[in-house]
Amino acid sequence: MQLAVKRIIFFISVFLLWELLIRVMSVPAVVLPAPSDIFLSLKESVADGTLFRDLSASFFRLFIGLLLALFIGSALGILLAKSKTADETLGSVILALQSIPSIVWLPLAIMWFGLNEKAVIFIVILGGAIVMTINVRTGLKNISPIYIKAAQTMGSKGLDLFFRVMLPASVPYFVTGTRLAWAFAWRALMAGELLSTGPGLGYTLKYASDFGRMDMVMAIMIVIALIGILADLVLFRRIEQKVRMKWGLEQN
Amino acid sequence: MFLYLKNICKSFENHGKKELVLKNIRLRVEKGEFVSLLGPSGCGKSTLLSIIAGLEKPTDGAVYLDEKPVIRPGKDRGMVFQQAALFPWLTVEENICFPLRKEMKKKEALAVAHKYLELVQLRPYAKYHPHELSGGMQQRVAIARALAMDPEVLLMDEPFSALDEQTRMMLQQELENIWMETRKTIIFVTHSIQEAITLSDRIIVMGRHPGRIIKEFSVNIPRPRNEYLHEFSAYEKEIIQLLKLEIEKKEEVDSSYAVSS
Repeated sequence: MQLAVKRIIFFISVFLLWELLIRVMSVPAVVLPAPSDIFLSLKESVADGTLFRDLSASFFRLFIGLLLALFIGSALGILLAKSKTADETLGSVILALQSIPSIVWLPLAIMWFGLNEKAVIFIVILGGAIVMTINVRTGLKNISPIYIKAAQTMGSKGLDLFFRVMLPASVPYFVTGTRLAWAFAWRALMAGELLSTGPGLGYTLKYASDFGRMDMVMAIMIVIALIGILADLVLFRRIEQKVRMKWGLEQN
Repeated sequence: MFLYLKNICKSFENHGKKELVLKNIRLRVEKGEFVSLLGPSGCGKSTLLSIIAGLEKPTDGAVYLDEKPVIRPGKDRGMVFQQAALFPWLTVEENICFPLRKEMKKKEALAVAHKYLELVQLRPYAKYHPHELSGGMQQRVAIARALAMDPEVLLMDEPFSALDEQTRMMLQQELENIWMETRKTIIFVTHSIQEAITLSDRIIVMGRHPGRIIKEFSVNIPRPRNEYLHEFSAYEKEIIQLLKLEIEKKEEVDSSYAVSS
């Protein structure tokens, strides 16, 4: 409770100070809008429904892209963990790809798929799949050998061992991988939409920027931040913590 | 003869040098016997147990169970490790059902699980997850899990050494009761002399460099043994004497390494 109170007071004073400075120094809204302008712009986009239209368009791409990213990432992660040759060859490519921000692929993606949904979804998949691959691989490689030995003495081997012991044992890494994949995919999505077509949050942001509507730009930035925080803190961190506790990786 | 270890040798490569861990281990265990492998760390007793379990292969020699050679792990040999090794994603009863699910229906498997939970006095904890149990309780679940698949032999690798003194004594008592009730053959690895004397029919004392059997004792004290302090300490003295020689010898070996390196 103490913490929440502290934060509320902090944010209120930041906004008040911001508003005050803008008015006293009469900063033009094109340079930096006042919080009240941002709020009005947010209200407007809620009222005329554009915010929800953009949100649903963005979430549709995110959902498809993230789902495919998790699927591809899991498959690749399992392959790298199980095959030494794949790990030594393909694994190095994946590590190299990790250091390229996925948005850098957009020009190529537009050449391949055209200036449309598919190009953006491709960027989202790339953003999420690589981090998922790395986490799944690490998870499978780090299974405590005692679980494997115990299962073997109970007659488990081959596929049975893989599905009943190795996969469940690495679930905490799957969860962490999903959380990170979401974070990467979300950023990739915004960047992709910014440089591609609409509708979508990123596209509307670009549109607002072209017309010098910095109040709308900041309103969308706040929406992007809120969604990011909500998904990460409220959803993924909680699941992750619960799983890690149950798997005995953390004491409460 | 029931379990027979025929001239087991095991060596590991260590920095290019071959190191003999077990040399010519020959051992017979009769059905229903409680045998302890006792020795200082590094005598290869855990390796020997892993070989019986089929988790490791001997460099030479073979293990026979009921005349059949042991080549891989199997359900006829249940194993309890130093850590409970319960699967954290399963509840207690699901853990015990783990080895049973292939040969029986869920309902039957659960009935068996509950029976063995009863045996280790943890019936009320069937729906708990391992992380909600204490170390001693987890180890009892591990024992129930190994027993539930009704193995020919129960292999125990220092199962109580990670527990505190009181819990350890309680579990030793409980294991003795379980053994008397089920009459399972048990091979029990330990480095505690008291634990070996308290529990076993026969103690195999092992030495190191290389790991080998130095002496066998049959423990002829009526159970429960904590009432026969005099006899108990006689065995204790003799084994301590024997191991003392072994540890002194080990120090000589160590210091000769130190000089040569």
